[in-house]
Amino acid sequence: MSDTHAETVAFVRDTMLPPVPPPQRQAGAVRWLRENLFSGPVNTALTVLGLAAIWYLMAQSWDWLAHSVWTAGSLAECRQTVAETWGDGARGACWAVIRERWNQYIFGFYPPALYWRPVLAFGLLFVALAPVLFSEAGVIRRWVLGVATVGTLAALAATSAPMPWLVAAAVVMAGALLLSERGSGRLLIFSVLYPVLGVWLLWGGSLWGPLMVPLGIALGWLAWLVVSRVSPMLAVLAGIIATLAFWMLLSGRVASDAEGLLSLALRPVRSNLFGGFLLSITIGIAGIVMSLPLGIVLALARRSDMFLIKTLAVMFIEFIRGVPLITLLFVASLLLNYFLPPGTTFDIILRVIIMVTLFAAAYMAEVIRGGLAALPKGQYEAADALGLDYWKAQRLIILPQALKISIPGIVSTFIGMFKDTTLVTFVGLYDPLKSMSDAVRANVAWKGIYWEPYIFVGAIFFIICFGMSRYSMYLERRLARDHR
Amino acid sequence: MTELSAPEKVPFRLSMLVYDRRYRSMTFQVVVFILFMAIGWWLVDNTLRNLAIMGKDFNFSFLWQRAGYDIPQTPIPYTADDTHFRAAMVGLLNTLIVSILGCIAATVLGVIIGVARLSKNWLIARLMTIYVEIFRNIPLLLWILIILAVFTELLPPPNAFRGENPTASMILFDSVALTNRYTAVPTLTMSNDPGSLPLGARITIDWAVIAFAVALIGGWLVRRAINGWAQRAQDRSGRRPTTWWINLAVMVLPSLALIRYFGIDLIEPELRGFNFTGGMNLQNALVVLWLALTLYTAAFIAEIVRAGIMAVSKGQTEAAYALGLQPNRTMRLVVLPQALRVIVPPLISQYLNLTKNSSLAIAVGYMDLRGTLGGTTLNQTGRELESIVLMMLIYLALSLIISGVMNIYNARVRLKER
Amino acid sequence: MKTTALMGTVAAIALTGGAAFAAEGDTLAQVKQRGELICGVHTGLAGFAAPDANGNWSGFDVAFCKALAAAVLGDATKVRYVPTTGQTRFTALSSGEVDVLARNSTWTFSRDTDLKLDFVGVNYYDGQGFMVRRDLGVTSAKELDGATICIQTGTTTELNLADYFRANNMNYQPVNIDTSAEGEQQYIAGACDAYTTDASGLASLRAAFADPENHVILPEIISKEPLGPAVRHGDSNWADIARWTLYALIAAEEYGVTSANIDELAANSGNPDVQRLLGSTDNLGAMIGLDAEWAKRAIKASGNYGEIFASTIGEQTPIGLARGLNAQWTQGGLQYAMPFR
Repeated sequence: MSDTHAETVAFVRDTMLPPVPPPQRQAGAVRWLRENLFSGPVNTALTVLGLAAIWYLMAQSWDWLAHSVWTAGSLAECRQTVAETWGDGARGACWAVIRERWNQYIFGFYPPALYWRPVLAFGLLFVALAPVLFSEAGVIRRWVLGVATVGTLAALAATSAPMPWLVAAAVVMAGALLLSERGSGRLLIFSVLYPVLGVWLLWGGSLWGPLMVPLGIALGWLAWLVVSRVSPMLAVLAGIIATLAFWMLLSGRVASDAEGLLSLALRPVRSNLFGGFLLSITIGIAGIVMSLPLGIVLALARRSDMFLIKTLAVMFIEFIRGVPLITLLFVASLLLNYFLPPGTTFDIILRVIIMVTLFAAAYMAEVIRGGLAALPKGQYEAADALGLDYWKAQRLIILPQALKISIPGIVSTFIGMFKDTTLVTFVGLYDPLKSMSDAVRANVAWKGIYWEPYIFVGAIFFIICFGMSRYSMYLERRLARDHR
Repeated sequence: MTELSAPEKVPFRLSMLVYDRRYRSMTFQVVVFILFMAIGWWLVDNTLRNLAIMGKDFNFSFLWQRAGYDIPQTPIPYTADDTHFRAAMVGLLNTLIVSILGCIAATVLGVIIGVARLSKNWLIARLMTIYVEIFRNIPLLLWILIILAVFTELLPPPNAFRGENPTASMILFDSVALTNRYTAVPTLTMSNDPGSLPLGARITIDWAVIAFAVALIGGWLVRRAINGWAQRAQDRSGRRPTTWWINLAVMVLPSLALIRYFGIDLIEPELRGFNFTGGMNLQNALVVLWLALTLYTAAFIAEIVRAGIMAVSKGQTEAAYALGLQPNRTMRLVVLPQALRVIVPPLISQYLNLTKNSSLAIAVGYMDLRGTLGGTTLNQTGRELESIVLMMLIYLALSLIISGVMNIYNARVRLKER
Repeated sequence: MKTTALMGTVAAIALTGGAAFAAEGDTLAQVKQRGELICGVHTGLAGFAAPDANGNWSGFDVAFCKALAAAVLGDATKVRYVPTTGQTRFTALSSGEVDVLARNSTWTFSRDTDLKLDFVGVNYYDGQGFMVRRDLGVTSAKELDGATICIQTGTTTELNLADYFRANNMNYQPVNIDTSAEGEQQYIAGACDAYTTDASGLASLRAAFADPENHVILPEIISKEPLGPAVRHGDSNWADIARWTLYALIAAEEYGVTSANIDELAANSGNPDVQRLLGSTDNLGAMIGLDAEWAKRAIKASGNYGEIFASTIGEQTPIGLARGLNAQWTQGGLQYAMPFR
């Protein structure tokens, strides 16, 4: 073949030319710009528009941000500093208000000497959550736990926690870090016990009080174990009765006796002292943790074959989803006392948590129902084929998978709920956004300061919610891979 | 050969209610029902006892008492002498106004942002991502407060428009004044006013409005007929008659004639006394709430739109091109119908959210349903039980109507699977 | 298992932490048993009730709570303050969430009867007024025709405003606001021409402005706003305690009993009125279920009525209110304590 070529063609190149660098306009930054910003008249116009918008925003806010004042006793002082430093008529941000009042935005009116308690509760929250949220990603779990440990210990030291507590916290968190290396399962015990610990740290009082709750459940479980040898149906009944009876009749006395034997009491803190982000996070976490089981029950009920159960679940879910949260908060603050036996009254924060829980549960039920519906039918049929009864099938096969694919939805429900905790301002609680800012402005020194508190609070909300939404995206990617 | 034996007749025993699967679910339902009724009875009983202790009763007659308070924005005639019921209706209408305006604006903005986020333009795509993330991750209440602060702190008071050297000036050919109280816009007058049609309860509707509505609907019907005729002509001869100028004339000419007949003119707002008069003043409470709801919801809608467009596989577009469809027809006939199926259900649930979020009007003092029935009326009469129950029922009805519409639409666009 | 544990935990908070059972009827017994007075106050109105950076409450209304706690429990610090909004205040009281409501609430017919409250007296005689910017050139409320007026929703002032403008055949544009903080923001920015609320509230607001001299409070007072503490209807003994605690503070000023000289006067005052008041003679306290020295402790808590007024909202404070109608009857005012006999 080559011979024929050699005769007909005068010249044949037998080596490759060395590659020539692309033309200037097709390389590097220029090419990128041409392709991404100026590829056509419409695109060019859009780019110019975008740049103009950025320029406008910068021009509006740059000097204000650049002239920030960090130390001043009042807004007037701030303005004076700005005027002295940058001349008359200069505008400047007065971050001094945040510097002076940040503790109120974070902790509300919680006693300053006890700031370490919410800090510790928040830090331990990560230990409790890590095995649940990052069950399969060891590296990420290690990072989360590590950062949480270091951060919590630093914050504890900064809020001058007592030495024994500091050491205990260090031991627990380091222990959790070590334990999680050997598998996340063992940490789950801590996750189960965390609510008791969290409640104790936040509200103080005796540890025995909150401990009565798991104790009652353990007792019920014991009763179930014993009776189930006789009759499985009666066992459920016996378990429930044992638990309720313990809570109603015995728990108070047992708790006080135990307290007498071994005093495990912290200084009690009333919930009317809760405020700021402490309040938002407490309501948010309590709401989500309690709405999850309720949501699962509602979702199962809504998918049930039993007409009555289904109807009740649909009615509840649609009712809650059909009304604004603010009306439910008004119910909590104005009407709940009507519905309880005359004379019963309890804490507004608890009432708000109950309503927020019901609210979140309805949304959670829909998310979980989506997860249940997304499971292939084969899974249900396989469970039936194995001869599992309804509850065993749900517990062993259906729910673990359905919950896993619902986690992104659950997280976004939580983001929504966490943002909605700001609405508690309308029933007289000190949320960080409005009530706290109003309280700060009620002081003559900080009258008329709007932008700085809003930006500060908005930034914190953004960091928390953005972090969670990133987590949910990470999870979605991960789940998508798993299903392939 | 085995013979099928008839299933053994088991005599009914009481324990079968628990152990037999056929009866167990029945038993369970009955037990739950009894529990439900017991709890319901307990709640009602508590309420009745509490009411008795407080010496109150449960009746709605307060709705027919004189309200005694004024409302800044009244879509139907209302004075302080009207009843609480009418005040509640004004509030409901205000809720609907801000919700509908918000849904429209949020949809437009959300679609623009969602499409822009998929833009090849790097800068625009990034800016839109930042927009979406910022608005989705910060509470709506904060946006309302910030926009309120922008409006009250940065816009001039009406006073600034006064005098020889006003510090503020009207925009759009001196017809619109942006103030920190309201946006003053021109209104229409008629020199040949045909009067109005009373609908009862002092609600009237202008004959002119009816005339315009008839003209527009008629024009639209005629246009449909013309298009149908054009289509048939095209099917027959392969050539489509030019119809755009007929369409335009049918749509526009009757309205122009009506404008001329009624002698409609613009009245521009004018600063007189404390405030602008003559034109219409859009309360800032409405504008702020509307803007905040729009900007916030648009971020969510943008994500829905983006997901919807991305859900239509690229092969669909390529197939349409291969069939020789032009890009805009590809969009209209192939991509959009498929994307809409993904977009519409979550979109409607965003509309629901927006409607419910409009109850945050409390933060700007916009007198919506919560502001009237659940706010001032509740406070002046002390009827919290009745007011809140009624308010929740109305919101519930609104939501059910919206989701009912959604279900009908869903059923219509559902993929016909065989 | 885990999920139920979480549910149960909450039930436990309810049981151990928050739950307080208020049996119908005897508020005094409950307060004593609880060892704490629960007092409904404003969420934050400078001078009347506001928390400081550490959550310590102070103000004119708060002083009444302290006096009541001192009288009943012997310790002025044993008060829990529950901030209430205009919306939630009366429900908080009638549902038993608070024992007494001291939240500058106007004593009106329908509140006293239909809302089932009992107002125990008047601790501040107020009236609704208007505040405008000085450069607006308005000198009378009659010139406010067509003005935009900021008004707090859900208050009696809203009704008074509507009535006043109708009676005078004038128009106005209401700007409804939810809290006084918002109203202030709108008014300062010029979003309304006039701000209307109780005259004391206006003074309190103006005092906190950067330029108080640029704002005038118009001379017209368009309503009577007798502000006072309220208790639940139906517990007369508790109402008596609250009422006579208030009178004790007022009477103390009339008799010249101050927190400085109270111990001395209790020991050796020649005035029989003072002796009865302070429990040196006659045991008046026993008639309302308290001990003899209840009034003495109430007065010691933050001084007599005049001292409280002077230290929270008086002319020496930034609020700068004159006594006016709230002077003692002997000084030409309306504060008149019923005789302790």
